[in-house]
Amino acid sequence: MSKQLDASQTIERFGVSRTLWRVGVICFFALLACVGGCLSLVNGSTDIPLKEIMGILAAPGTDPNSMIIWNIRLPRTIVAALVGINLALSGAILQAILRNPLADPHLIGISSGAGVAGVVIMILYPSLEYLIAPVSFIGAMVAAVCIYILAWKNGIKPVRIILAGVAVSAFLSAGISGLMIFYSDRVHGALTWMVGGLAARSWPHVSIILPYAVIGVVLALASAAYLNVLQLGDEMARGLGINIEVTRIVLTAIAALLAASAVSVVGLLGFVGLVVPHAARLLVGSDYRYLLPASAFLGIATITMSDTFARVVFAPIEIPVGIIMAFLGAPFFLFLLRREI
Amino acid sequence: MSAIIKAQNICVSINDKEIVHNLSLEIPEGKVTAIIGPNGCGKSTTLKALSRILPYKGSVTFKGNEMTSFSQREFAKCLAILTQSPQAPSDLTVNDLVEMGRFPHRGFLGRGGKDDKEHVEWALEQTGVKAMRSRLLNTLSGGERQRAWIAMALAQRPEVLLLDEPTTYLDICHQLEIMQLIVRLNQELGLTVVMVVHDLNHAIMYADHVVVVKAGRLVTSGAPREIITSDLLADVFRVKADEFTLSNDLRALVPVDLYK
Repeated sequence: MSKQLDASQTIERFGVSRTLWRVGVICFFALLACVGGCLSLVNGSTDIPLKEIMGILAAPGTDPNSMIIWNIRLPRTIVAALVGINLALSGAILQAILRNPLADPHLIGISSGAGVAGVVIMILYPSLEYLIAPVSFIGAMVAAVCIYILAWKNGIKPVRIILAGVAVSAFLSAGISGLMIFYSDRVHGALTWMVGGLAARSWPHVSIILPYAVIGVVLALASAAYLNVLQLGDEMARGLGINIEVTRIVLTAIAALLAASAVSVVGLLGFVGLVVPHAARLLVGSDYRYLLPASAFLGIATITMSDTFARVVFAPIEIPVGIIMAFLGAPFFLFLLRREI
Repeated sequence: MSAIIKAQNICVSINDKEIVHNLSLEIPEGKVTAIIGPNGCGKSTTLKALSRILPYKGSVTFKGNEMTSFSQREFAKCLAILTQSPQAPSDLTVNDLVEMGRFPHRGFLGRGGKDDKEHVEWALEQTGVKAMRSRLLNTLSGGERQRAWIAMALAQRPEVLLLDEPTTYLDICHQLEIMQLIVRLNQELGLTVVMVVHDLNHAIMYADHVVVVKAGRLVTSGAPREIITSDLLADVFRVKADEFTLSNDLRALVPVDLYK
C-alpha cells in the first residue's frame, strides 16, 4: 500500500524512472531528426532511393543524381537542420532567462530587425540581393542590442525586455508594412522571405550559419547549469553565486546570435523558437541538461520534415516551409498541450 | 561575542528610493539573530543587502573582509539566503532542488567534486526530507517544502544562513518545527543564522540576538529577552501588549490593543 502511494507521488512516467524516460525521449527525438534528414534527402522533384543516396554520399560521381544530392538536397538539408537547432536552442534559452513561456527569438527583436533589413534590400536595392544574409544578420543584432539598451534601468528586468521588445518590434513592423505598401509591385520576394523558406538554399548558406550553430550549441550546452539555477528567480540565483547581469547579457547574446544567423539565411521563420522548446519541455521537463539536446533534435526533425512536406505536397509548386510548419505544428502543439503528458 | 558580519552606515535603495538609511549592525558568529520591525521598515531589504542580492552604499564586512571583495560565487559558499516564497519550475523534485545548492561549488559545466553527493545527502538528512527526495516540490506541504528549501541552502555549506520570514504561511505546528530545525542547525553545526521574523515571541524563544528596525533605521539591538518588552512594542509597532510568563519561564507578549 505504502509503495503504491509512493509511486503515485514520485515522478515515474509510464513505469520508468525519470532519467531513463528523459534519455529515451532524447534518443527518440534524435531518431526523428535522422528520419527527417533522410526524408529530406530522398524526396523531391526526382525521388532518389536512400540506398543510392548512401552510395553517392560515400563516393560522389558526376551523374545527375549525384549533382542533385550534392548541390541541392544535401546543403538544403544541412541548412534546415542547423536552422532547426539554432531557433530551438535560442527559444529554450530565452524562455529561461526571461522566465516567460511566450519568450522566443521574435521577442528580442531578431525577426523585426532582420525583417526591416531584408525587406529594405529586397525592395529598395534588389541588385544587392546577395547581401541579404549578412545585412539582415546585422539588422537582427542591432534590434536586439537596441531592445536591451532600452530595457536597461539599473539592471535588466525580464518584463522590461519583453515590453521593450514588443514596442520595438511594432515600430519596425510598421516600417516593413510601409515599405511593402509603397512598393507593392515588388512585394512577392519579400513576402516569401517574411514567411521563411528553404528554397534554393545551398552551400554558401551553410557556411554562413554553421559557425554560429557550432559555437552556439557548445555555449548553450555549457550553460545548462546556469539556466537551471536562473529558473529559481533572480534573487535565489544571485544567492547561489550567479552574477545575474553578466549571465543574462551573455545568454541573451548567445540566443540572439543563434536566432539571427538562422533568420538571416531562411527568412522570418517563426514558430520553431516558441513551440519546439515547449513541446520538448512537455516531454522531458524543465531540466536544461535534458531540455537543450531534446529541443535541438526536435528542432531538426520539425524543420527537415516540414520542408520535405512543403516540397512534396503540391509538387512541383513549393510552399514556404514556414506556412507548413504553422499549419501542421500548431494543431499538434495544441494536442500536446491538451494532453499534458 | 565576535561579529561575523559587520555593516557600517549602509544605505539601500530600491528603484531610486532609499529604504534603509545609515544602518549599522553586527551579526554575532555562531548565534541566531532575529531582525524584527513593522511591515515596510526595511527588514527584508537589509537582509538582501547583507546577502549581496541588493546593492548598497557603505561598508559590510564578512569576517573582516569587505563583502564586495568576494566573487559572487565565492560568497555563495560562505553565505546562503532563502528569500520569501521563492519560485521553482513545477517538475522540480526535492533532490533536484537540493542539488542546485551545490551550484557554487561545482566547476564549469556543472561538474561536482568527489564529495558533492555526500553534501547533498547530508543536507537532505539534516532537514529530514530524505524520505521525500524524489517527490515533486509542489506535492509537499508548506512545512515540508520550506525544509526542502532550507536543505538547498545547507547544500551550499555556508557559514551563515539568512532566512526571510521562514515561517510565513505555515500553521503553528510547522512554524515551531521550522524554528526548532533552525535552532538545532545553529547549535549542532555552529551555523550562524540571521532571520527576519514577524512573530516576536519566536524572536524571544529562539533568537540569541535581536535587531530592531523601524523606518529604515536601527532602533536598538541586543538580547531579545531584555529588549523585546511592551514598551518596545508601543514604540515600534504602536501596539499595547500584555506580558505573560510561560511554562518554560520565558516571557510572551500578546498584543491587546492599538495606540491611537
